[in-house]
Amino acid sequence: MRFLFKTSYAQDIQLFRDRVDAGWYGLLAVVVLLLPAVISDYYVGEVAWVFIYAICGVSLMVLVGYTGLISLGHAAFLGIGAYAHAYFLQHGMPWVVSVVLAIVITTACGIIVGLPALRMTGIYLAIATLAFSVIIQEVFSRWESVTHGFAGMPVGKPVIFGLSFDSDLAFYYLCLFFLVITLWLTRNLLRAPTGRAWVAIRDSEIAAQSMGVNLAIYKSMAFAYSAALMGLAGALFAHKIAYLAPDIFTILLSIQLLLLVIVGGLGSLHGAIFGAIFVALLPPVIAILRDSIPASLADATAATGIGLFGLIGEGIGSFLRKPGVEAGIFGLILVLVILLEPRGMYGRWLKTRIFFSTFPMYKRATFKRQKTYMKSERLR
Amino acid sequence: MSFFQADNLSINFGGIKAVDGVSFTVPKGQVFTIIGPNGAGKTTIFNLVSRIYEPTQGRLVFEGNDITRVPPHQIAALGIARTFQNIELFEHATLLENLLLARHAHKKSGFFAELFFLPSVRRMEVEHREAVERVIDFLDLQQYRDSLIVNLPYGVRKVTELARALCTDPKLLLLDEPSSGLNVEETEDMAFWIQDIRSLLGITVLMVEHDMKLVSAVSDQVLALNYGRPLAMGSPREVQTHPEVVRAYLGG
Repeated sequence: MRFLFKTSYAQDIQLFRDRVDAGWYGLLAVVVLLLPAVISDYYVGEVAWVFIYAICGVSLMVLVGYTGLISLGHAAFLGIGAYAHAYFLQHGMPWVVSVVLAIVITTACGIIVGLPALRMTGIYLAIATLAFSVIIQEVFSRWESVTHGFAGMPVGKPVIFGLSFDSDLAFYYLCLFFLVITLWLTRNLLRAPTGRAWVAIRDSEIAAQSMGVNLAIYKSMAFAYSAALMGLAGALFAHKIAYLAPDIFTILLSIQLLLLVIVGGLGSLHGAIFGAIFVALLPPVIAILRDSIPASLADATAATGIGLFGLIGEGIGSFLRKPGVEAGIFGLILVLVILLEPRGMYGRWLKTRIFFSTFPMYKRATFKRQKTYMKSERLR
Repeated sequence: MSFFQADNLSINFGGIKAVDGVSFTVPKGQVFTIIGPNGAGKTTIFNLVSRIYEPTQGRLVFEGNDITRVPPHQIAALGIARTFQNIELFEHATLLENLLLARHAHKKSGFFAELFFLPSVRRMEVEHREAVERVIDFLDLQQYRDSLIVNLPYGVRKVTELARALCTDPKLLLLDEPSSGLNVEETEDMAFWIQDIRSLLGITVLMVEHDMKLVSAVSDQVLALNYGRPLAMGSPREVQTHPEVVRAYLGG
């Protein structure tokens, strides 16, 4: 076990806790930078998805995990960012200008959606953002002069300052760059007064207000910042998917993003990353299992002569090929996570880490949730 | 000019007059206590003073300024801080973060400075930390600095609430039942702290309290309420022996 000896207050507001932590993150950076050298092009593309989803995750984490405001309409922000970026690129804007404009537009939309949020909480806010998302989806399909409706809108490869990012490898590093920037900026906000004000609003609005937090400003700020990140993610998303159509940005995508932050673990940036890995890599994993399980069990039949293996394999294969199985598995995992590990994958990570750092002294009760009955009536 | 003055303060919830024409003045440097049976309107007065409720009638004057229409988030910056009867801490944050949030009214950094965590933000953060550490030393909370509030026992949470209010650098401190739920020893500590807050820090205290031992130990003046109306005002002894007050508590 490692004990930190603190000698100055500045130590508590550093980006990394200490040299050892910084070292681990450095190692992680090296691994991520060198990863494309060892995995195939297909997986380089899949990991780029992880990075894009991680930016979305950080965006939603700020809103849901830190400020305590729920949104079922984040796919709409992603769509606005993607369409705006595609539109400006089509009209000959330089890449950087186009991304900045896309971010500005999504931020503006975030503020507009954030305004009703000042009066709504919980389920009502979820419904309001859901309604926003439905309206925006309708706009995508009807505003044909800009979005080309269901005819779709092709998006080329990014060309930044004359450099073309047309290979999967180049795009991988582009997404990684923006993810690191996103994490750095968000971490800065979270260790500054703004981040504390967000957490305060999440835990007790009335106390936050009495300590001088202007609820209206900080709630709209959370919405605006979250939407801005979604705009950035949308621009990258547009390049990655290469062809925009209105039916991409549905409620299902919003729910998938919400699932991302819950499975990852609410209230931590690590959670956003873990959740992104989960959400982005589950579909390819299902695809692999779909083919490999029947094949390997058929091999087992061939080797042992027992026909049952082959039958089971075919059963699993055909089940995994059924439509909607992916959404079903997502739903099942969400239920299991909420039941068994409410703090998500980040919670599991913390437990594992503490298990090893205190080995062999780990006690299961360390993380047991204590029930307290202190809050009676709450002023709202 | 008085330090803090409530003038004919009233609020109605529908047909119920929760507070009905209450007037009092709190002189600077005193401990002023409001007592009364349950439902007398004590906490409602606090919510009126911290501007969470809108008074139906009456005026609030603090240091010569009318604060009756000031929005609630500006009250802290004026120098009025409060604690809550049912503990309203930020439960999933550490004690340190809770206290640092109380420095919010003194925040000077803008959004973009914080986004890039400029040296100015870093400097301000260290200054806030120093202010918070003084309060932590004052109330002996060192050992709990990095614990999450959810993991702290009730008594410590109660002290944390007091600490958080002190971190805003208040001139007037509103304490809503500081001793409720505390054991005898903790209540005695609380009494010492309230006395220290008044005499060492020079902060005026407006308090709602049920524990008459604590009230008589620390208060300079007491106001007794019943059904939102003032019954008696004066020194702790005078109010406790006032026939109207005795009747309100004991019936008859």
